[in-house]
Amino acid sequence: MAVISYRQALHDTLRAELQRDENVLLIGEEIGVFEGSYKITAGLLAEFGPRRVRDTPICEEGFTGVAIGAAMMGLRPVVEIMTINFSLLAIDQIVNHAAKMRSMFGGQVSVPLVIRTPGGGGQQLSATHSQNLEVWYAHVPGLKVVAPATPADAKGLLTAAIRDGDPVIVLENLALYNTKGEVPDGEHVAEIGRAAVLKPGRDITVIGYSRAAVIALDVARRLESDGISAEVIDLRSLRPLDRQAVCESVRKTSRAVILEDDWLSYGIGAEIAATIQEGAFDYLDASVRRVAAAEVPLPYAKPLELAALPDAGALTRVIHETLDATRFGR
Amino acid sequence: MAETGPRSAARASARAGASPGRGSRRRSPSGLDGEDQAVMREYYRQMALIRVFELRAAEMYTRARIGGYCHLNLGEEATIVGLMAALRDEDYLFTTYREHGYALARGADPGRVMAELFGRTGGLSRGRGGSMHLYDPQIRLLGGYGIVGGQIPPATGAAFALAYRGDPGPDSQAVMCLLGDATTNIGAFHESLNLAALWRLPIVYVIVNNQLGMGTPVEAAAAEPELWKRGCSYRIPGQRVDGNDVLAVRDAARAALQRARGEHQPALLETVSYRLRGHSVVDPAKYRTADEAERLRRSDPLPAFRARLVAGGVLDEEAAMQIDAEADKAVTAAVDFADASPAPDVGTLFDYVYATPVASTYQGLPGDPVVPDGSDG
Repeated sequence: MAVISYRQALHDTLRAELQRDENVLLIGEEIGVFEGSYKITAGLLAEFGPRRVRDTPICEEGFTGVAIGAAMMGLRPVVEIMTINFSLLAIDQIVNHAAKMRSMFGGQVSVPLVIRTPGGGGQQLSATHSQNLEVWYAHVPGLKVVAPATPADAKGLLTAAIRDGDPVIVLENLALYNTKGEVPDGEHVAEIGRAAVLKPGRDITVIGYSRAAVIALDVARRLESDGISAEVIDLRSLRPLDRQAVCESVRKTSRAVILEDDWLSYGIGAEIAATIQEGAFDYLDASVRRVAAAEVPLPYAKPLELAALPDAGALTRVIHETLDATRFGR
Repeated sequence: MAETGPRSAARASARAGASPGRGSRRRSPSGLDGEDQAVMREYYRQMALIRVFELRAAEMYTRARIGGYCHLNLGEEATIVGLMAALRDEDYLFTTYREHGYALARGADPGRVMAELFGRTGGLSRGRGGSMHLYDPQIRLLGGYGIVGGQIPPATGAAFALAYRGDPGPDSQAVMCLLGDATTNIGAFHESLNLAALWRLPIVYVIVNNQLGMGTPVEAAAAEPELWKRGCSYRIPGQRVDGNDVLAVRDAARAALQRARGEHQPALLETVSYRLRGHSVVDPAKYRTADEAERLRRSDPLPAFRARLVAGGVLDEEAAMQIDAEADKAVTAAVDFADASPAPDVGTLFDYVYATPVASTYQGLPGDPVVPDGSDG
């Protein structure tokens, strides 16, 4: 078990899958000569050549659609869309085509396609480059959406996505690329559709995914010293969603707070809250709370950006409010 | 069924006869020089089959046997048969949503095409796709596509896969991607052409210019209405051909495909024909002018080709009527097949959504609980 960065885990996984399967190839803007905007593909063009590591012009709809067609023919393209914001230029191909083909053509074709794309704000990239649009894709049957929070899951879920027979969006996060963690050596395939308990606890369940899961874990660890035992659930998979794991946890703790980087209204947290009220209604001691981004196009100026984004402070406050509402510890 | 398999013997003969130096030859004053008579009759048979099929589909639509949208190939028969004659069995085809005729000419079972229109399990897409979304791996029809322009990037990707796996050569495979005239205004068209040229992909894009995008004339939608020129920006050679001339279409498509195979270079072909009916079955086409209506009447490719064959001595009236009668019989059999094919069972609703099953996939019907054992603590 080596300690490596999230970025390194993604890189090593792509390299291993390129070595393992001739049908795997990478397609994206600046992934070859430039080695990727976030350097995930560094060195891969030199090692595998332009046939397997394909730089494209700036045309998300075109190259995403090309990858879909190649996948229909049995290749396993891994597309890098520089950030999730730019995936909007390809959304017709993703939602109207990749997600639909297998079903609409009666199961006669599948689309084993991976789209890797980072989301997330906090880098002063302003409104169009800081969005968390994963819920747009998580809404669509026919797609799978995974969101690794740790380097181990970056490896395990990306490997699973590449070997899966369906279109899978792998949501990365700009703020996670430099985070480090233990990653299993050798073959490591995570299971799509399963949440993970990052930390067991008794008093409250905190649910997050991607960067939010990392923050939730950090907050939960710090609350231990205050005598609060928080259980942290990392969703890992947004479609399908492991509702069972969420409900089981809340049935145990009777309280739930959701941390999410996307906007509050109609977000991932709304789906989780609805799931909890249906799957654990009789167990709830307090209303389910969401900690999400302020509903503004994210501003550039640092104080405004900081104010708009959910953080550990906001999560800690809402956890305390939820506990206080049930006279916890009194 | 008129055709029992994905490849009829007649089609095989049509293809063989089209090769130089094979089949019987005769000279005629009707532009049929050097053409195999059996092949010409086969082209007429396919055109007649498409015509009868589409008229019957319109009838079935008005009788509410077909739901949703239903776009017909009426007026496009010569284009279809010419294009499909140029394509080899091992090539791949992507089409628009106006595609019944392409499936038929490529050898799909008419019963399975009609069954798809009826939404039955025996349909080409098992009743999941309907009129706009025919799919048949046996004839390498990789889909009809309902979103205008949506087929172009995936078709380009199929050509990418061919180039990824194999070198150019006279026996290599190619992709044909159909699109309508109005689709040349869409970004996906331009992005795809650019990629195909940059990456040297074996694909022929065919603009089926029926002169109307729904109700909008080409001139009102395209700043360069000579659509074949739109490949210039990508150094893709273009050609315009009379879409009502089955042989001209076939020869132009064959040359473009040959280049795609031999050099892995894309091509852009524009066929010009005229849509004989509205955009879809329910469109009365009130936007047509009187001039257009008259032009329309004169531009019907089916009687024109028939007359040409009769003039060339390839077909006499009796033989033509015989072919028409057989087409009618085949379509009646297709309707019978579609009628007899069962509707999909509701229990199969979630079939085919995913290829790889994974944990936690929710398969509830409307009103079902989202967490099955919600009361189980």
